[in-house]
Order: sequence, then C-alpha cells, then structure tokens
Amino acid sequence: MKALHIKGGRVIDPGNGIDAVRDVYLADGKVVASLPADAEVIDATGKVVTPGLIDIHVHLREPGRSDKETIETGTRCAARGGFTTVVCMPNTTPAADNTGTIAFIKQRAAEAACVNVYPTGAITKDLKGEELAPIGSLKRAGVVAITDDGHCVQNNELMRRAVEYARMFELPVMDHCQDYNVVADGVVHEGHWSAALGLRGWPALGEDLIVARNVLIAETTDWWVHCQHLSSARSVQLLREAKQRGVKITGEACPHHFVLTDECVKTYDTNFKMNPPLRSERDRAAIVEGLADGTIEIICSDHAPHCNYEKEVEFDVAPFGILGLETELALSLELVRKNVLTLPALIEKFTTNPAKLVRLNKGTLGVGADADVTIIDLDCEWTYDVTASASKSRNSPFHGRQLRGKAVRTIVGGVTKFE
Amino acid sequence: MKTWQRKDLLGIQDLSADEINFLLDSALAFKQVGERTVKKVPSLRGKTVINLFIEPSTRTRTSFELAAKRLSADVINITASASSLVKGETLKDTALNLQALNADIIVIRHSAAGAPHFLGKFLKASVVNAGDGAHEHPTQALLDAFTIREKKGRIAGLKVTILGDILYSRVARSNVWLLTKLGAEVTLAGPSTLVPRVFEELGCRVTHNIDEALRDADVINLLRIQHERQRKTMFPSTGEYTAMFGLNKERFSRMKPDSFIMHPGPINRGVEIDSDLADGNRSVILEQVTNGLAVRMAVLFLCSGGQFSES
Repeated sequence: MKALHIKGGRVIDPGNGIDAVRDVYLADGKVVASLPADAEVIDATGKVVTPGLIDIHVHLREPGRSDKETIETGTRCAARGGFTTVVCMPNTTPAADNTGTIAFIKQRAAEAACVNVYPTGAITKDLKGEELAPIGSLKRAGVVAITDDGHCVQNNELMRRAVEYARMFELPVMDHCQDYNVVADGVVHEGHWSAALGLRGWPALGEDLIVARNVLIAETTDWWVHCQHLSSARSVQLLREAKQRGVKITGEACPHHFVLTDECVKTYDTNFKMNPPLRSERDRAAIVEGLADGTIEIICSDHAPHCNYEKEVEFDVAPFGILGLETELALSLELVRKNVLTLPALIEKFTTNPAKLVRLNKGTLGVGADADVTIIDLDCEWTYDVTASASKSRNSPFHGRQLRGKAVRTIVGGVTKFE
Repeated sequence: MKTWQRKDLLGIQDLSADEINFLLDSALAFKQVGERTVKKVPSLRGKTVINLFIEPSTRTRTSFELAAKRLSADVINITASASSLVKGETLKDTALNLQALNADIIVIRHSAAGAPHFLGKFLKASVVNAGDGAHEHPTQALLDAFTIREKKGRIAGLKVTILGDILYSRVARSNVWLLTKLGAEVTLAGPSTLVPRVFEELGCRVTHNIDEALRDADVINLLRIQHERQRKTMFPSTGEYTAMFGLNKERFSRMKPDSFIMHPGPINRGVEIDSDLADGNRSVILEQVTNGLAVRMAVLFLCSGGQFSES
C-alpha cells in the first residue's frame, strides 16, 4: 500500500476541532503525523478533506436478496457517495439474529466490500418481537448495535429487557419507531395527501408514541436507545426534551425526510414510498430544526434497494424504501447552503457522531486513526442518473435531480476506492 | 361545443368544469338511447372493452358492461378470482397482456388507490377508473351530478351534504371534486373518526352534527358504512351509527321540502337509511342507476376518441 499525501485541502475534522487548510498523511492504513517517504501526492486544493463518512443505516440485502443488492454493490454505492463505513441492518434472509449470519456477512464483506462494513444484530429472534435474540453472542460475533429495523418491538416489557440486557455488552439499541396498532396498514403520512389520494394514513402518532416509549425506557435503564429515521415534528420535540434532562437517547434523520414532503406521492410514484413515510412541510421543517440545534446528531440514508418489478405495482402493495447512499451527501450539503448547518457541523453528523454511537475508532483524522478519508468538491454540479447507479436496484426518487457537491475521492484504510 | 381530448378517465380531480359539463351533456344524448325500443347504437362497433375488476362489484360492472354493449363494443369481464393475479402475476403484466389482445378500453376497478393512474402511465389503451380504493369513482360522481342537474336544473349554488363513511369513500372524494368545481357547497358529515377535519382542506365543510348537516341541504347523498375497508376501531356499532347518523323519518321531516335523497348503493336498509325513505318519492336512488348507464356510455364513447359530429 502506497503512502498518501493529501495536499492543500480544507481539512474539516470535527473530532479534533480542525477546519483549516493543511495536509493529511496516510501510511500503513493509519493517519500519520508527518510526511512518509515515497508518498503519492493527491492534490486536494480547493476541495474539502474530511474523515471518511459513516452511514449507520443501510440495507445491503445479503444474505437472501442478492437480486436487490449485494455487499459488493451496496458498498460500491457507499464509496461513490463518499462513505467509507456502513452499518448494515439485520433484516436479511435469514435475519441476522444468529452468529452464523453475522459471520457470513463479515466474510462476504472481507471478500467483496470496498468500504468497511459493520453489521447490526437483531433484538429479537427472526425480528418477530417475541423472544430476545442471543445478544451477547452477537456482540462477540462482531455486531456494533442491535435493532429489529424494518420491524419494531411492540412489547414494552421485551424492549425494556432488551435495552437492559444490551447495556451489559455496551451495545446501543437502535429502534425503528412504529406502533403497529396506530399505523396498521398505513402507506403514506396521514394528512392532506392521504385524504386527497385515498391512501391509508400512517399517522405521525405511530412514531411519536414509540419515541416517547424509548425515551422512558432509556431513562429507566440508563442506557442508549437510538431512534432510527425520525420523520415527525413531535418525535423531534420528545427527543429534544429528553436530551435536555440527560436521557441516553439519540436520533437520526434521512435526507428524504428533510428534503421532500408527502406532496411528492400525489402521482402514486412508488419511489416516494418509504417507511416512515414522507411527511408534511411542518414535519420536514422540524427535522431540519432538529438537525440545526443538534437534537438529531446523525444523518443516514436508510439505503433500501428494491427490484424494479417489485416497485412497478400498485402503491399499496409496493415495498417501502429507496436508494440513498449515492445522493445522501449532496442532498445534505443543501443544509449548509441554506445556513441550517455549518459545514463542520454537517460533517460531524457523518463522522464523529455516528462513530461515537457505535463505538468505532473512526470519524476522525487524528494521528493513529484508521486511514479513511473523503475528499469532497463542494461546487461540483451534477445530475443524479439512477440508471448509472452502482446499486443493483433503481428505486430512487432523486433520479434526474440537480445536485451540488460530490465526493471526488473515497479512501478506505489508505486505499482509494472511488475517484 | 368543445371536444374531449383525453384517452383516460382516471378521476374527477384532474378535470376542468368545462370537461365535466361536456361529459354530462354527452350523457344526455345517450340517456335517450336507453329509452328507445332498440337500445343500441353502433358507436363502438369493432372496439373491445375489457372490464378488469380486481375488487368485487355487481352494479358498476353491470353498468359498464351494458354501456359497452349498447355502444356495440365487444366486452369481456375479468374478475380477480378468474384472473392470473392470484397466480402471482403483477397488475402491470395483466394489463400488458390485455393490451396485447388489442383491447381498446380497459375499465378498472381496484382496491388500491392509484391503480388506474399506474396503468395509465404505460398503457396505450384507454383506462377508465371504475373505482380505485378510497380514492375516486369518477363515473359515480358524474352520474350523481347528472341526476342532480336533472332534478334541480343546476349544480352551482346548491347545498349538497354527503353523510356517512367519508374516510374510506371514493364516492365522497369524487363528489367533492366535481361538485365544488361546478360551484356547489359541499358538507361532509358523519362520525368524527370517519369524517376527519382534514377534509376541509379539499374545499368543503365538515360537521359531526347531523341536524346541522341536514338543515339547509338541497341534496343528501348517503354513503354506506364500508366495513370491508375499515379498521375495527372506528365506531362502536351499526346500531349506534343508525341512532346518531341514520337518516330516519324524523330527521328527514326537518329537511327542506324540495330536497331529495341520493345513495350510490348498495343500500343497507335500516342502517344509514330508513327503508321507507329509500323507496319514497323523494329518493332518486334508482334514477341514479339509470343515469349511470348513460354517463358510462358517454365516458366509453369519448375516451375511445368518439366525436359527436360523426355519430
């Protein structure tokens, strides 16, 4: 592996409080303090150099649905999007509720992934919300968190015990917040557009109730619960209040929830169908506010590939979910241009904050850190063409969208994986 | 007279007031056909109409079938149980197969909102919405408007109350779009769980007070409680519904004397409507059925590219 000398870029390293033009040196897979011999020079003049970006919420679909995505293709999307590390969800087939599946994912990642892959394990067996998965063994097998993502543990006693138990292994518990009774068969945000379009409503209340529940469980157990893909105004408010009194609770938001609203579903285009659904302008603005004031400290994609034939159906029967890794950074940079976040504050949500939650020695350019680096051209204007995506799937609502800002080089462990 | 430019009738929401009036005027001509001894015209001779009904329906399917036959089209009915959909074929594939058989018009009834719009995106054949989930039922709204116009001579300025299960009703939505476009004042009434306030955003009034809903109405359109679509938590029982919101003689007696009762059917006697009222002389329920045929003939004729100058 050749040493690298990333020269002349604006280095933004939030973990170390750095925002300055300087050089970064990489050797033997680590960030080093001084210029190594024989280093290859990468001219980053005019570009932004950040710790490798981390996305803690992706679906790589392997094992079980490699027609939608594989660890290889999903991580290529990540590299293209500037992400050097992804955390993949356990709703595979079989579910990642056992050490064998975790071992398989790690092996496939070692063979085929072009970025770092960290698996999550299930909270409950087969994600059914009935019995605890072997959480301690999953931790030993290498999971960085547990979650039943795609599903939500409805039984409050079981969830309380899961968090209490996970605390013993220092595993954060991530939760897809959805009350099944309230949401029932809802497919779009309950509001103006569900009324106008005759589509069954997925009320914000269905998320809010579980976020409130998670706040109380985190408080009771004194352990970290992370609310995934927040979409509603009240759940942001619940999180804000809980954090103010020191509860161990965190939250994440996806670009589609802060860029789009439920009005997008008016043509019944299933590429706007995701779970939780796109919500009202008021909710969208609240997510933005939550990102601005730090209530929501992590941005992730919820990259959820589905085959064309699965999405080319009636809105009611289409699967939830969209691609996200390739458009995530550019969509998030809109927040910087709109003065919602400073660039370092945005980069924090892609680096130090997610690294801290899942306890990785990443998200920083401090000496000795893993040599994961993303180089970003803030001014690059481009149009997203999903037909040229690295994904196996094509389900993006952002196809044809004009974007600004792009990762121009993604370095993983000191090796360039995308440029 | 302006001509009709659309190949599909997907909903009322997209139509202009002019287009709606044109459809209603066209239906008038077809109503006369139904009153003749020979109830058939050659307008769609050689054309193929396929009724693709992915949700049970008797009256709407019969009405469309008869409309197509009276226009001399060849008609085929496909119902969900008879189709390949149960074998796992997608709706898209089913529709493309029908198109490959050179179908000219596909009339679709589907439990999923937006299903006709989905077909309209890729089919060259005409798509006519015969009811999509809780979204729209455009020919029902047209026949309702046709009936109101026939009775009252106008739509603009009338007060129309739609009472019942609004949340799950495609009839309610199509009626709201149509009547407000033509200048009527629409009130939606029923239990708060089935008539949420958000419907005010569609341009109508919402009330949960039955007396207020009936007081000034020129037309009362009653909707059935759609048990098959509802969540079980929406209200206590049909008995309570009848007590709180059923149209009984006492309530009806306080309505304007020249008001009349409509219902898209099927009616549940003794639930949302008193049995005698359903049969009374201020009920136009069966006239709606007759008018539905004329409206559907007009829709099939116009969507297949028919021009009145030719016929």
